[in-house]
Amino acid sequence: MLLVFAVALLAPICGARGEPYANAVAHFTGDSFSETEQGIAGVAASGNGLAATVITALQEGRLLFSAQERLVLIREAAGRLLDALTGEAFAGMPPADLSTVRLNNRLRRIVEGVLGTLTLLSPDPARRMDAAQAVFRSHDPNALALLDQAIAKEADPRIKTVLVEARAAVVLYLDSVEDAEKIAAVAVIRDRADQDALALLGGLPPTTSPAVMKAAADAITSIQNGLAIWTALQNAWYGLSLGSVLLLAAIGLAITFGVMGVINMAHGEMVMLGAYTTYVVQQLIRAYNPGWFDYSLAIALPLAFLVAGAIGILIERGIIHFLYGRPLETLLATWGLSLILQQAVRTVFGPTNKDVTAPSWMSGSFEVGQLTITYNRLCIIVFTLLIFAGLLALLRWSRFGLEMRAVTQNRTMAASMGIRTSRIDALTFGLGSGIAGLAGVALSQIDNVSPNLGQGYIIDSFMVVVFGGVGNLWGTLVGAFTLGIANKFLEPYAGAVLSKIAILVLIILFIQKRPRGLFALKGRAAEA
Amino acid sequence: MSHVEFSSYFRRRSEKAYAIASRALDRGALAFLALLAAVGVLVPLLNLAVPPTSPLHVSTYFVVLLGKYLCFALLALAIDLIWGYGGILSLGHGAFFALGGYAMGMYLMRQIGTRGVYAHPVLPDFMVFLNWSELPVYWHGFEYFAYAAVMILFVPGLLAFVFGWFAFRSRVSGVYFSIITQALTFALMLGFFRNNLGFGGNNGLTDFKDILGFNVQAPGTRAGLFAASMLALMLGFVVCRIVVSSKFGSVLIAIRDAEARVRFLGYRVEAYKLFVFTLSACMAGVAGALFVPQVGIINPSEFSPANSIEAVIWVAVGGRGTLTGAVLGALLVNYAKTTFTSGVLAPYWLFLLGGLFVAVTLLLPRGIVGTVQDLWLRLHPSSGPREIAPVPDEAPRPAE
Repeated sequence: MLLVFAVALLAPICGARGEPYANAVAHFTGDSFSETEQGIAGVAASGNGLAATVITALQEGRLLFSAQERLVLIREAAGRLLDALTGEAFAGMPPADLSTVRLNNRLRRIVEGVLGTLTLLSPDPARRMDAAQAVFRSHDPNALALLDQAIAKEADPRIKTVLVEARAAVVLYLDSVEDAEKIAAVAVIRDRADQDALALLGGLPPTTSPAVMKAAADAITSIQNGLAIWTALQNAWYGLSLGSVLLLAAIGLAITFGVMGVINMAHGEMVMLGAYTTYVVQQLIRAYNPGWFDYSLAIALPLAFLVAGAIGILIERGIIHFLYGRPLETLLATWGLSLILQQAVRTVFGPTNKDVTAPSWMSGSFEVGQLTITYNRLCIIVFTLLIFAGLLALLRWSRFGLEMRAVTQNRTMAASMGIRTSRIDALTFGLGSGIAGLAGVALSQIDNVSPNLGQGYIIDSFMVVVFGGVGNLWGTLVGAFTLGIANKFLEPYAGAVLSKIAILVLIILFIQKRPRGLFALKGRAAEA
Repeated sequence: MSHVEFSSYFRRRSEKAYAIASRALDRGALAFLALLAAVGVLVPLLNLAVPPTSPLHVSTYFVVLLGKYLCFALLALAIDLIWGYGGILSLGHGAFFALGGYAMGMYLMRQIGTRGVYAHPVLPDFMVFLNWSELPVYWHGFEYFAYAAVMILFVPGLLAFVFGWFAFRSRVSGVYFSIITQALTFALMLGFFRNNLGFGGNNGLTDFKDILGFNVQAPGTRAGLFAASMLALMLGFVVCRIVVSSKFGSVLIAIRDAEARVRFLGYRVEAYKLFVFTLSACMAGVAGALFVPQVGIINPSEFSPANSIEAVIWVAVGGRGTLTGAVLGALLVNYAKTTFTSGVLAPYWLFLLGGLFVAVTLLLPRGIVGTVQDLWLRLHPSSGPREIAPVPDEAPRPAE
């Protein structure tokens, strides 16, 4: 009733323009979801040149209406108002009751599908791609003719593939198509092999013939097998990522605990100090020279190394130095230190999480097949491996590394060769702490920077070192990645918490079998 | 067996018992026990029998506070037994404490009955809330105090036995042992945080009403719990004294000072360690069980590694290898904690606690009681050692 009334009122305004389009646009003044739905369908079917503009505006909340003046307007990004009927600038005063045409989730899906169909022929390749994907998901039967047209015209092979897939999707859901064509369509969709394809094949209408159903079921199995491989790869990637974080946190520990036999419970706090150094550097850059922001991490790295390393040397000279040969006391004293450091940071910076932002070149992601790889995770993996390689090189080729190994293997002999063992101890401890500081810079990108940052890593890092074998950097590497990957592969079955518990229990059992870890030192050095 | 044989058998037995007792309870130990007993009688008496207006009155708040400290003191004794005498540093003793606490908490939960928020006759509130339809198997039996009491000893003891059997058999010792015990309590904490384990998730067990038919909030019950804690502490002290003054104790101390040598002498080192570790876990379980009705809640944060390591520092402050020191340290540090954390000094408590760790290990390696004993021995060289405290290695020898 209302509709007839509205149309009757609108008719004289629209004049000579396409009647169906004007009638459809008039539905948008109805201010109800069912009216809007009719409007969308009408606009889409009208074939009017403005259809895509109107529907896009609707999707983006820029389609306005006035119920009193029977007006439908489009607000452009610049703020200018256009008349939806003519596409020309709206001259008069905006009506007082102008408001946005509302959408709900169901309508939003319809809009997406319709928009896909409408923009299939858009000159912009990115929009054509989006449109093809949208049609694939909506499998709107009205799009078939347009799809054929688009496939014929399309030059970009990637878009063409998606268009063909979209056509196959539409065909599958049409009742009037031969089985043979549908089975061919199933094959096309099977090759797409992703979650959308699964959803499409799983949702076939019950009227579909058994032969097609069987083909679809086969395709689903094959897609799922393919996806399982991708899931495994995904888990492996997450595992590598977690492993690199563990390695980063544990590698400094591997030096202080592994090489020197010193239990440093304050190791996690060195990581935290590194993260806070990054925070301070970023704050200073923001305040004085915002242009350098992209280099903030590069500036923070050496500073974090120096800060954590210097504090490490202080700790070694001031406390640990007096406790050599008493590992349990060292453990307690460094635990006390960790409490002091945490509370000091809490006093200075406050207990809340600090905001450390990723520089622009570290944000974003890219896709390999079905894998999404974020740049910050990738950076951390590369960074960890670089540090590891650097450390190995330092131990292998530098004078300091040589002296360090000598002291580890036989302290007395090293001392009689003229190596100042006590100085080497301090430097080694500083090196381990400094590397923890570097880890802090990296971890500030993926974890909350708070006084408790280090606490979360200390048990895990000890597990890595103990699992990998004390006194062996390669053991730490293998240990970290094994634990990381094992954790991520257990997670889908057991949940995050249970898999963590399982890993801890496995390590405890593992230590039964090999009390000295995976790569145990042999010979005299092992009898510490 | 004739009458004469029978009585002589008993005489032999009682002579043996007397010998053990007189060796275990020397003058110092008896004096300490008498002091504990006096406090155990006086505090409840001054709380209940003396009117609140009197200057001699002890407030219920203080009774509860001191009762809590006594539970901590028992935990400290348990840690001292393995660390001070056996050289085993467990950073997961809070786990046994919490397990004992959970066993007691389960009994107290079952006593609530229909007085819970949902008034379910069998299921505790949190289970009704989670839409559970029946009681999990492991909750059965906890309505009986006797069963709960057995579990308080059995559950921590069993865990310690299994864990210790694995660990000591493969000669995991020193810092490795410390770290995996820390991982153990961490894993348990993560586990108990889960709702579907059936222990109330992160809220834990709380809202207790009755213990053995007495209201847990009533001053009389609180005084009773205080007396029970004191009794448990005294009992724990006597047990520890018997262990450390026996031949077993001498072997234990030998293991602490030179494990390899004791093994080469033919002793089964792992059996000694396993026994003392299990005994210590049972003591920690009792401490936890007495702790829960006094504070009125048990939740997974009791498993947090920081709690366990804090308990170690009580022993270090008081003096490890001296049982009186463990008790004294627990009381002193916790008193300091209460004083600091409840006033304007709260932000500085962690500085103090952290400083305590550093200062005690560097400057006071034998703790308060150990240092006092040393001074006493220096002034009276003839009196001989009363308790054998560990001598820290003087020569620094890292990683050899």
